[in-house]
Amino acid sequence: MSIIQGTTGEWEMVIGLEVHAQVISHSKLFSGASAVFGAAPNAQVSLVDAAFPGMLPVINEKCVEQAVRTGLGLKAQINLTSVFDRKNYFYADLPAGYQISQFTQPIVGKGEILLDLADGSSRTVGITRLHLEQDAGKSMHDQSPNETFVDLNRSGVALMEIVSEPDMRSGEEAGAYLKKLRAILRYLGTCDGNMEEGSMRCDVNLSMRRVGDPVLGTRCEIKNVNSIRFVQQAIEYESVRQVEVLESGGKIVQETRLWDTSKGITRSMRSKEDAHDYRYFPDPDLLPLVLDPAFVESIKATLPELPDEKKARFISDYGLKPYDASVLVAEKPSADYFEKVAKGRDGKLAANWVTVELFGALNKLGKTVENSPVSAEALGELVGLISDQTISGRIAKEVFEEMLESGKAAAQIVEEKGLKQVTDTVAIEQAIDAILAANADKVAEYKSGKDKLFGFFVGQVMKTTGGKANPAMLNELLKKKLA
Amino acid sequence: MTKLTDLTITEALHGLNDKKFSAAELTEAHISAVEKARGLNIFITETPDGARRQAQESDARRASGKAGALDGIPLAIKDLYCTKGVRTTAASKILGNFVPTYESTVSQKLFDAGSVMLGKVNLDEFAMGSGGVTSAFNPTISPWSGSDPANAARKLVPGGSSSGSAASVAARIAMGATGTDTGGSIRQPASVTGIVGIKPTYGRCSRWGIIAFASSLDQAGPMTRDVADAALMLRVMAGFDEKDSTSVDVPVPDYVAALGKSIKGLKVGLPREYRIDGINPEVDALWHKSAEMLREAGAEVVDISLPHTKYALPVYYIIAPAEASSNLARYDGVRFGLRVAGENLDDMYASTRFAGFGKEVRRRILIGTYVLSAGYYDAYYRKAQRVRRLIRNDFVEAFKKCDVILTPASPGTAFAIGEKQDDPLQMYLEDVFTVTLNLAGLPGICLPVGLAQNGLPMGMQLIGRAFDEETLFTAASALEKAAKFTHKPPFTA
Repeated sequence: MSIIQGTTGEWEMVIGLEVHAQVISHSKLFSGASAVFGAAPNAQVSLVDAAFPGMLPVINEKCVEQAVRTGLGLKAQINLTSVFDRKNYFYADLPAGYQISQFTQPIVGKGEILLDLADGSSRTVGITRLHLEQDAGKSMHDQSPNETFVDLNRSGVALMEIVSEPDMRSGEEAGAYLKKLRAILRYLGTCDGNMEEGSMRCDVNLSMRRVGDPVLGTRCEIKNVNSIRFVQQAIEYESVRQVEVLESGGKIVQETRLWDTSKGITRSMRSKEDAHDYRYFPDPDLLPLVLDPAFVESIKATLPELPDEKKARFISDYGLKPYDASVLVAEKPSADYFEKVAKGRDGKLAANWVTVELFGALNKLGKTVENSPVSAEALGELVGLISDQTISGRIAKEVFEEMLESGKAAAQIVEEKGLKQVTDTVAIEQAIDAILAANADKVAEYKSGKDKLFGFFVGQVMKTTGGKANPAMLNELLKKKLA
Repeated sequence: MTKLTDLTITEALHGLNDKKFSAAELTEAHISAVEKARGLNIFITETPDGARRQAQESDARRASGKAGALDGIPLAIKDLYCTKGVRTTAASKILGNFVPTYESTVSQKLFDAGSVMLGKVNLDEFAMGSGGVTSAFNPTISPWSGSDPANAARKLVPGGSSSGSAASVAARIAMGATGTDTGGSIRQPASVTGIVGIKPTYGRCSRWGIIAFASSLDQAGPMTRDVADAALMLRVMAGFDEKDSTSVDVPVPDYVAALGKSIKGLKVGLPREYRIDGINPEVDALWHKSAEMLREAGAEVVDISLPHTKYALPVYYIIAPAEASSNLARYDGVRFGLRVAGENLDDMYASTRFAGFGKEVRRRILIGTYVLSAGYYDAYYRKAQRVRRLIRNDFVEAFKKCDVILTPASPGTAFAIGEKQDDPLQMYLEDVFTVTLNLAGLPGICLPVGLAQNGLPMGMQLIGRAFDEETLFTAASALEKAAKFTHKPPFTA
């Protein structure tokens, strides 16, 4: 919970999120037209999508399956009977003059999402509902000085609107919610979660109340927030704005506000009075959607392992710390990569290498695990060389750098550069003796209590052995010699 | 020899099979009839060239032994059915010169069975009306004028909304026609023009490609000169369509086989609530006479009750406009049809829709928008849906006591163009006997039984159980046989 310190006291944010997630499917929710992103304008429009006279919607079973799959992934109640309603309003990119949506009886009811917060703690946020609806087309105002162009490719594409309970108390939690939701959708393969392309969009509902007040304040809805970073920025801005209004004796007006990315502010779009009366009513062209329990069961049977379960398994099977585990499971490709590295090896060591060295390197290179220059198998081999003491961790970092550059295998690099660790006691002892003999004065100082010199001796020995002395053995032998 | 245009479909099919005449000749006779009857303003778009081509193809098919169930039969298509490459208007200005690139499922089925399209016929704008008078292409005039001297000077309506369909069949211009029925738009015009019309069970015919008025009520159906022809046509028109989610996947029986079967022991219900004030006493008398005819043919007549009948019209005039207000939102000037330029988007909408929609359509859009509005939804739309269920339940109860229900189809005979137009409530009463079926989703057939003193036809309606059109055809053919209605309108082409 993040508290805002006002001039009259402390304020708490209450945040709920509405996410529109585009369903991964070949065709649209009620027509056979392609739902793939990126085609030329109006290249993917059926007569149904353009609402020609006499055209009728037919539900796409794949989209229903995807909604159920998502509902199951959110541990939510699946409503075996749901109803499609018409949401009526006029706009040039809404061909029928109504959007087919689900109003009173959505396909998915209450569920939950577990947030993984930066401090390693977890928090549950309730899901109110998930419903299926059609997307509208796109109005383009920048193609001509005095005309608006309409692209209907998106018209009729299936969206899942996922509504959370007002359970979040900070921008960080909102961000964690979106990350987790996106991860679940990607694991399930029901939405690609790509906020830049608009296949996942977010509206923020935010109100403020004094800390300890059980009553919710008046909320504003912020639309058009299309990245996780913007969501957090919008929350930051809007919460301060609301506190300022409230503390100066004003009242929050329930309204829809727009996030202005370039200015970093929210501004009023329409008040409650100007809000559309959508005149929802059940779509008479569609019968209630009735699901066979066996259909739901068959989807349940094919659910993949989801982030929470994977995290728990990583903790128990590989002995990972909860934080490392949650970092690894946040994206399925990372989790898969890690498992390949860790298979049959030291899990903790593997996790450390993936989350620190690999992620660090990928970050620098602007790459992802999916196009990593070092494959999971190659990194696994390197981790193996550390575990069997062929090389030390320090040498391994050198080898890893070389792997990134040359793409060569770890063993080959170790071989070519002669980096194999010295584990021969005699050899190490000889090196120690030579250093101690050459630095008799320092030995005397050490023995008189200057403990810090221990590191100096280690460094000197490492220098003469080219860094290849096994660090643990070196420490042990050096201690004995200096005793 | 009987004029080709006087033949029923059944007779014409025999004639074609026996090579007494060709489809080309049959079609040519009807094209001439179309031309002769132009004064009745039946057609919005005539398609003689297409008809001739279809007729030629039909003759070729028949010669090679591949004739379909309606091969070579010239039909009129209500201009609410989208027809590929042929202007489709819904009798509204808003569609401008809209030419669909697709064919409605039902008209396609008719063409697949070999039938010939003479053209697209008039109707009330978007099928909203009971006299054909709301058409943006002017009213269709009935071929009936009756014996009342007052009517001789006036022009009568052929009923509505399927006004052109009814007039074309009654005036011997088309052998059959397609209609659509949302509250009585097949049965009421059939009743006042002395022909047969059936509204099948909701879900029996596909709605795909038929311009929607009220989706939960609309059904396609045939209009013909006798019951057998209706059975022939419906068999072709009916059937499951995966493109219409409300169409029902049940087999379509051979309705012709149901004709002429004995009705001995068939229980015919007479609902006491259908004895209403304002009904023409002659219609009321004919109703009881019809019951008597069925009794004499072996049926058992029983009294039944449909207690929520009086709510049917108010419920209908909430639900139908509500759905229409949403269905007609797509006529916005953006993608097809009429566009009247405006200062901005809202202005363009308002200008386009004001210029494009007639008064009755605007009235229903306003009513529909109102009853769905926040704060009124519960009082109107939701309550209407509840009462609709009660009306449906009435029939479920009634059909425990009887097999078919007999009622009048229309409270009176045809009225004159100009009449009832100032008073929408009076106009809405035309559907008082028919709307209940649309609300309940049940099939109903209307057939001519007698002429009133004024020389105008009166029809009776038989109502059946859902998807039991067969029993309806059996009972209708028995009543047809007993009634011996052979009257023709004074004008035939």
